[in-house]
Amino acid sequence: MGRNTTPKQDWMLLIGFSVVLLAAPFLLTPVGAGYPDLLQKFAIFGIFALGFNILFGLTGYLSFGHAAFLGVGSYAAVWTFKLFSMNPILALIVATVIGGLFSVIIGFVSLRRSGIYFSILTLALAQMSYNMAYSVATPITNGETGLQLAQSDPRILDVAFGRDYGAVLPSSDLFGIHMNGYPGFYFCAVIFIACFFLSMRIFRSPFGMMLRAVKSNQNRMSYTGLNVRPYTLAAFVISGMYAGLAGGLMAVTDPLAGAERMQWTASGEVVLMTILGGAGTLLGPVIGAGVIKYFENIFSAFNEGVLTQLFDFLPAFLQHAMVSVSSLFVGEGWHLTLGALFMVIVIFLPGGLMEGFNRIRSLVARLLRRDTEEPEKPDPIERVPEPAE
Amino acid sequence: MSILSVENVNKNFGGLRALNNVNLEVEAGTVHAIIGPNGAGKSTLLNCFVGRLEPDTGTVLFDGQSLLGLKPHQINQTGVSRVFQTPEIFDDMTLLENVTIPALAKRDGSFRLNAWKAVRGETEIHEAAHECLADVGLAEKSQELARQLSRGDKRRLELAMCLVQDPKLLLLDEPTAGMSRADTNNTIDLMRRIADQGVTMVVIEHDMHVVFSLAEKISVLAQGTVIAEDVPERIKGDARVQEAYLGGAHL
Repeated sequence: MGRNTTPKQDWMLLIGFSVVLLAAPFLLTPVGAGYPDLLQKFAIFGIFALGFNILFGLTGYLSFGHAAFLGVGSYAAVWTFKLFSMNPILALIVATVIGGLFSVIIGFVSLRRSGIYFSILTLALAQMSYNMAYSVATPITNGETGLQLAQSDPRILDVAFGRDYGAVLPSSDLFGIHMNGYPGFYFCAVIFIACFFLSMRIFRSPFGMMLRAVKSNQNRMSYTGLNVRPYTLAAFVISGMYAGLAGGLMAVTDPLAGAERMQWTASGEVVLMTILGGAGTLLGPVIGAGVIKYFENIFSAFNEGVLTQLFDFLPAFLQHAMVSVSSLFVGEGWHLTLGALFMVIVIFLPGGLMEGFNRIRSLVARLLRRDTEEPEKPDPIERVPEPAE
Repeated sequence: MSILSVENVNKNFGGLRALNNVNLEVEAGTVHAIIGPNGAGKSTLLNCFVGRLEPDTGTVLFDGQSLLGLKPHQINQTGVSRVFQTPEIFDDMTLLENVTIPALAKRDGSFRLNAWKAVRGETEIHEAAHECLADVGLAEKSQELARQLSRGDKRRLELAMCLVQDPKLLLLDEPTAGMSRADTNNTIDLMRRIADQGVTMVVIEHDMHVVFSLAEKISVLAQGTVIAEDVPERIKGDARVQEAYLGGAHL
């Protein structure tokens, strides 16, 4: 994404993004991803990665504890369901606010340091939250069982408005539309588009420019009259709110919350998504989230039977060899595939998939220009930010 | 009228006395040079003006206000800009962005959550930024990344970043170090033009050619003490200065 975009280009991008997202159920059916559970995950993790990118992509502060906000958002949403109402909008507002408040605390502590010390502090604080969810915080989190809805929940607002769910366990619904299946996906998608729009505004704003300055040279920033701390804290809290919102959406589409969402592996996953897609680019993290969630679903569903079919055309001994080698990379072992993919991307495309797209685009542009015999001039705007350190 | 007045400033690093009762008065609208041999305490003194270091004792008054205890960004907001010995710029941003940031900092203060409006809509800021880039001769490169610049151009960029803030006091730490003679002369011309606009400057410099073609007043620092402060003509003839600074060689 170029930085010196015109308003028209920005609107085109937003419209294109919205169209692709809303048409995703049709577009992704041929590749086996056109079912609502996976599409919801695309949107939810897309929001998570968008928010993470505002912190990591712009300021360069690598948080290894962002899953804590995801988990806190989930718990906050489920509690809102239990205590107040099954309406997802209220739950999401509460999840976003609680995620934000939680990130003020963690950000205030960990932003006293930068670089690897910041990363370790966020990791430590997130792991503390994770362990607390299993120990002292069990009255809130319900420990290993996870926080679930119950028929006996008060739901005072629902009761006040005369909504009765009868003898079945309620699911979240937006004025009568249940938030599972495709309605759930479209609900997530609308919020995803709003988040993308906000992220785009931040990227283009003076505030976003200052966040990039944080990454570039903090020393120069302070001698230029800018106070670095509130900028980093604001970025941290905004990304924490995105994560809280994403956690809330998880609870909306499936109303239960467990502490495993807060584990460090979940924090690592959003780092992978952002770097894989291209940290600091607007679209990259969204693409990274989509690719990782897609592969997770596709490859983890493969088993030896499928592989045997796949290599059916080979002679028997080769088929057997191929199946036994490739079975290591699918099913439970799909993380091996992810690891290999990640290594290839980081080594050959340090700017992530977005760098790959930009390279292809400029290659095509160059070929087209050669055809029309115009002098070549590299576009100074089209560049990919430095790989994260 | 003095815009910067330094009184009895002392600074120790462990057992080393870096600044010893330094007194300095910088007149508004003048170019004041600080010279002295290596290790004389020139950079330490400059660091005390911008909040990088805190003097052990003494006072630093800028425009009637004490700078002690203020953070670097607060001092900049009072109107002090600094050019570093090794250019401190935003390497992975364009030149225009590099100059836009200080202009925004001057207008919006040290923090503003200005996340809704687009930078491209800041027409006045962009005009000011372009003007300053043109002043230092970098207008054509405004869309290039700062890291691609030569060392001399980086210094010029940093100067533009300070000028766009329209500072009351401009501090320059060896602005011509490592430059060729031609580049040095260009820089002298540039600084003369800035001085003619009435900007007060404090310059640390090793190159006597630069010092004597710019400075209206010179302070000589040796071993943390100001041993002479006078107009260039009389500094040239000062025996103590020659002894301390040049080991007796003639200026």
